[in-house]
Amino acid sequence: MLIKETDFGTPASKAQAMVTLEIDGLEVTVPEGTSIMRAAMELGTKIPKLCATDTLNSFGSCRLCLVEIEGRKGTPASCTTPVAPGIKVRTQTDRLANLRKGVMELYISDHPLDCLTCAANGDCELQDMAGAVGLRDVRYGYAGDNHTAPCKANGEENFRYKPKDESNPYFTFDPAKCIVCSRCVRACEEVQGTFALTIDGRGFASHVSAGMDEGFLASECVSCGACVQACPTATLTEKTVIQKGQAEHSVVTTCAYCGVGCSFKAEMKGDDVVRMVPYKDGGANEGHSCVKGRFAWGYATHKDRITSPMVRDKITDPWREVSWEEAISTAASRFKAIQAQYGTGSIGGITSSRCTNEEVYVVQKMIRAAFHNNNVDTCARVCHSPTGYGLSKTFGTSAGTQDFRSVEEADVIMVIGANPTDGHPVFASRMKKRIRAGAKLIVIDPRKTDSVKSPHVKATVHLPLMPGTNVAIVNAMAHTILTEGLENKAFVAERCDPVEFAHWCDFIREQRNSPEVLGLVAGVDPQAIRAAARLYATGGNAAIYYGLGVTEHSQGSTMVMGMANLAMLTGNIGRRGVGVNPLRGQNNVQGSCDMGSFPHEFPGYRHVGDDTVRQMFETVWNASLDSEPGLRIPNMLNAAVEGTFKGIFVQGEDIAQSDPNTKHVTEALENMDCVVVQDLFLNETAAFAHVFLPGTSFLEKDGTFTNAERRINRVRQVKKPMQGKHEWLVVCELAQAMGYDMRYTNASEIMDEIARVTPTFKGVSFAKIEEMGSVQWPCNDAAPDGTPIMHIGKFVRGLGRFMITDYVPTNERTNREYPLILTTGRILSQYNVGAQTRRTENVAWHAEDVLEIHPHDAEVRGVRHGQMVSIASRMGATTLRADVTDKIPQGVVYTTFHHPVSGANVITTEFSDWATNCPEYKVTAVQVTLSNRQSDWQDEWEVRERENKRVAAE
Amino acid sequence: MTIKIFVPRDSAATAVGANEVAEAIAAEAARQKISVQIIRNSSRGMLWLEPFVEVETPLGRMGYGPVSTEDVQRLFAAKFHEGGKHAFSHGRVDDIAWLKNQERLTFARAGITDPVSVTDYVAHRGFEGLGKALKMAGSAIVAEVSESGLRGRGGAGFPTGIKWKTVHDAKAEQKYVCCNADEGDSGTFADRMVMEGDPLMLIEGMTIAGIAAGATKGFIYIRSEYPDAIATMKEAITAAVAAKWLGQNIQGTEHSFSLEVRRGAGAYICGEETAMLESLEGKRGMVRAKPPIPALQGLFGQPTIINNVLSFAAVPYILAKGGTAYKNYGMGRSRGTLPFQLAGNIKQGGLVEKAFGITLGELVNGFGGGTFSGRPIRAIQVGGPLGSYVPTSQLDLPMDYEAFAAKGAMVGHGGIVVFDDSVDMAQQARFAMEFCAIESCGKCTPCRIGSTRGVEVIDKITAGENRAANMALLEDLCQTMTDGSLCAMGGLTPMPVMSAVKHFPEDFSRASRIAAE
Repeated sequence: MLIKETDFGTPASKAQAMVTLEIDGLEVTVPEGTSIMRAAMELGTKIPKLCATDTLNSFGSCRLCLVEIEGRKGTPASCTTPVAPGIKVRTQTDRLANLRKGVMELYISDHPLDCLTCAANGDCELQDMAGAVGLRDVRYGYAGDNHTAPCKANGEENFRYKPKDESNPYFTFDPAKCIVCSRCVRACEEVQGTFALTIDGRGFASHVSAGMDEGFLASECVSCGACVQACPTATLTEKTVIQKGQAEHSVVTTCAYCGVGCSFKAEMKGDDVVRMVPYKDGGANEGHSCVKGRFAWGYATHKDRITSPMVRDKITDPWREVSWEEAISTAASRFKAIQAQYGTGSIGGITSSRCTNEEVYVVQKMIRAAFHNNNVDTCARVCHSPTGYGLSKTFGTSAGTQDFRSVEEADVIMVIGANPTDGHPVFASRMKKRIRAGAKLIVIDPRKTDSVKSPHVKATVHLPLMPGTNVAIVNAMAHTILTEGLENKAFVAERCDPVEFAHWCDFIREQRNSPEVLGLVAGVDPQAIRAAARLYATGGNAAIYYGLGVTEHSQGSTMVMGMANLAMLTGNIGRRGVGVNPLRGQNNVQGSCDMGSFPHEFPGYRHVGDDTVRQMFETVWNASLDSEPGLRIPNMLNAAVEGTFKGIFVQGEDIAQSDPNTKHVTEALENMDCVVVQDLFLNETAAFAHVFLPGTSFLEKDGTFTNAERRINRVRQVKKPMQGKHEWLVVCELAQAMGYDMRYTNASEIMDEIARVTPTFKGVSFAKIEEMGSVQWPCNDAAPDGTPIMHIGKFVRGLGRFMITDYVPTNERTNREYPLILTTGRILSQYNVGAQTRRTENVAWHAEDVLEIHPHDAEVRGVRHGQMVSIASRMGATTLRADVTDKIPQGVVYTTFHHPVSGANVITTEFSDWATNCPEYKVTAVQVTLSNRQSDWQDEWEVRERENKRVAAE
Repeated sequence: MTIKIFVPRDSAATAVGANEVAEAIAAEAARQKISVQIIRNSSRGMLWLEPFVEVETPLGRMGYGPVSTEDVQRLFAAKFHEGGKHAFSHGRVDDIAWLKNQERLTFARAGITDPVSVTDYVAHRGFEGLGKALKMAGSAIVAEVSESGLRGRGGAGFPTGIKWKTVHDAKAEQKYVCCNADEGDSGTFADRMVMEGDPLMLIEGMTIAGIAAGATKGFIYIRSEYPDAIATMKEAITAAVAAKWLGQNIQGTEHSFSLEVRRGAGAYICGEETAMLESLEGKRGMVRAKPPIPALQGLFGQPTIINNVLSFAAVPYILAKGGTAYKNYGMGRSRGTLPFQLAGNIKQGGLVEKAFGITLGELVNGFGGGTFSGRPIRAIQVGGPLGSYVPTSQLDLPMDYEAFAAKGAMVGHGGIVVFDDSVDMAQQARFAMEFCAIESCGKCTPCRIGSTRGVEVIDKITAGENRAANMALLEDLCQTMTDGSLCAMGGLTPMPVMSAVKHFPEDFSRASRIAAE
């Protein structure tokens, strides 16, 4: 069945007071401020409409929804007229019928008559409305002025006609079919907040214009798809729909890109995806999407997809396609041989934040129960491990405190080390909407991101700090708040540990934590720090949103605790509109951490050394478990270089590209005897692998993802696994081959086991999610329907704990040889290591990684925009194209790591967070020089790309 | 002794050479070593006499016009600077019947003062109203305005007192006062004459509105086609601020009000109040749906008084003399005076301020003196390009909102455009549709597409193509536009069209058109 959400025409009113009125003789009671159109729809009465849709504010332009109200003159539009007590509305009268027919006659007089061959045939509101009003004749004829024909009746060129714009890789814009309802323009403004579209011209010349009539690709359009979704005709249509026709059924599932976790309807024909449409009832996105989730899913069927298991003896051999049995037994026997020779602890595994909770759970279970050690880690190690540590120390839970919707009630939004418009675009749209409605914004970031300034968004305070000085800023803010008496004394007294607080106060009051001292360290005006602190403390509901710019530092955990201190100090925790919120990088970072992917913790963040807990797991899993924490990723790699760690199972992660100091990583991998990679593609790590177990794309998976707001969303299978097996089944078979009997009949059964062993998941089941749409953990007896907002009334750990957050600078220092600081990040159209997005049309926006450099730094090096430059650190060097821009401050350079050939991590160091070993990606001392060739590493990479990824012919 | 000579600075005068005339007078006076002071006053509104030069004499101000540069030497020869007689002489200006027979409340100072001189303004009873208002409660000011019966002079005729009360009663941190000076109706110029001729009166009216409603910030939205009005308004604002009649703590009271001039960008639709708000906010001039009404959610979403120039300009008199004094003028529910603007094919075009109730005939034949061409009048369009064409059979219609509405016509902003018997009313109907097609904001369908189709259907009718069917289609289209349009632009365009069809059906028939040709 094709899922069609009900369109109520106008957004729901949030008013408490209720109003009763009569529509066509039927009584209906709705919240005050509801439109007559929506009230009618509540009764099931569909008033004809074209310009109205409930994701957009009412507009009143199409004039089809006119109604009559007893005692009022004229024919008001039902979309813009609010209900009033006791009014009697008529939605169908002769007068209205004539009016609607008259309006529709005008529409059709300037619309092509190619319904049968039109891409929207079967999904066209204009067609539906022409039918609804009973239009039978267009008395104006079709020879008049129009936008539909290239030539006029007399053969002259029709200057109003504009050909189809096919510049966007994913959708077309056909002005000839446009009815100028402005839904696309309004969606771009109200939903997405990009303001790329406008209506140009007046009167009959009014037309939709992308940018300055420059075409969609060249305009500011970010290809989020909101306009395509809003369009009631074929004007904006997905190219896949044009090519394939209308879908026949749809399945609701969850996007596999960032940690926002948007719900989508996969619209299908058989097992072929026609399009992905954001789902209005999705808790995280409520009907919105970005270019990645909406359009960039073509990688799932890309020709590079490996669908057969493969093995090889040496990494220099070509790959050999084999049966599942052979691949699994090869892996198992190699692992067992290694353990026999080097000991139980000589192998381990890495779980993936891109896989489902169920898939992650079975991998860590395999490692603990079948490998008999705790050498399991996850890619969250390199992104958000400090979040888990810091929030758990202060609040008691390793997770963000709010749901995304909470931002609608924030008065001050503080964005730290995050670039939501690029990294978490659907959340950014919500945030920008709130900012347009008046919330104030503080941005703490070295770069002038779009959050600092973009259409209708301007940060009240931007602190362009030097990379690595987050803690200095947060301490200076806390110092300001405390010494100026702006703290929330009542909150602290009631909710926080007084001893720890007193201790912390002594520390933070010290002059060395003042903005005047620390501002010098961070390179930021002390007055700006004070302004930010005052605004955060006194501006109403204040919410912190942060990203990897906080965690990926030597002081990542300190900074997370510093932010938690700020929130407690000002009482900005435990209700809507406030909180400390990590923006998670990958779709299931939260989930993979929850599932026990860390070497010291079982699922639910319980220490492996806790006897009671371990014994419970031993009983349920029927296995003896190690009470000693295992190795973290960097420990595994170090041990491999030392020769004591010899085998690894890597689930859906590309450590050879994404982890810091590539040379060290590849050296470690080369040292191992058995590297097993489970992935969609022969990624960089697979170049060093011996066994390749083909994985499944999210379209083939069945399970759950947990997003940044702890929301457990269903990932529903829309097509069969292309390689024939679910990933969890492959892992079970490997565990069995290793001698541990792990069996499940389906993913739901795995979740049931998770619920059984994890207190915060106690109430979670596929049936529960089916019933509620999604559920936010903790979901247990105390909170049977989940927990959108945490720490209400009381912190999970009891009393909130202020932590001492001394600013200790990183050991990575600039000097004469390496005078610049390289920091890294990402852009909108590409995702992480790019394995997925590089295999889609998204390359139209970002075909290569570039190095952003300030004009001054470029000038003194003789570097001009677009020239190739070498970026060298103490670790290594790579060559990129220079992008000279003042987005980046002097002394700092910036790049992305979406393309493997860029080798961004060849340069990064092994410095890491003191508490969690999260790598310090964000601070590397480098020198930039003009270059006319690629680096040695890039030469090596090209050889490896050619040699190590060969697959033998049949 | 220095002789005071007045040469208008109004753009209706400068358009026909007033600046050159002023220069020529100065040059000739210098040559003849006659000491003169040239004062650039505003226009009296007798536009057919512009440039209308006045000389101050012991007998009063003597008027001469129309004066061209070539006439200047002859005027000096006739000792006009001492009030001497000349062919262009009109005697004492105060005795000119055309002026004497008017009831000038709003235009009381027109042509008499230096428009930007606060001293002149105060000397002629300016700021009396504001002076009183500064001592009154907001609600009392609103009550006075309500008592006057003043209705919106922009055309809709909504009671100003009710609008002000709504804004007064609204609770908000910031309220605004916006003056709609986007005077785009064909044949209208009263707003411009206020802004160029007595800008301090507009400032006074808006400041009173601000005090009444509790608004501290005002905007005057002036069409870009009025560069002189924009310059004069800005000059007057500066002068008013300097004299402490505007700005912080007006005249030492706790009341503050600041004013800003905003220039339009050439769109007729921005005269529609909600489109004007969009434009003021820096957006494309698109009509907003109502509700919410601007009085509650107007500029930047705040409660806003929006009035036409003439509405604000009427307020100082109302406050100075009392609402009752103003209400004593007029008829029925149309109280006070309206500055009518006579234009088109008319002998004596210009500004006639009269109480409501004067007939259309008295205006066009009496004050206007009939057509300029001398041919008989055939039709009169009242109320701008969206107003009805009134046939000569209705010349006895009194200027009154309700009387006009009863005949399917409207008084509007008081613009009166006269056509003689050579007019082709089918072409006028077509023009109405064409005007709408060009000026529609493009938001609602009936206006955006309907106006273009209207032009085409009328073309088919005049070409004799399926006349009956197309006349029916035109009528249906007009019904759709009237009932279906979002604002008055599309909603009123059928008015001139259908009035032409109703009163001049013969112009739409192919046979009679051929006969006429």
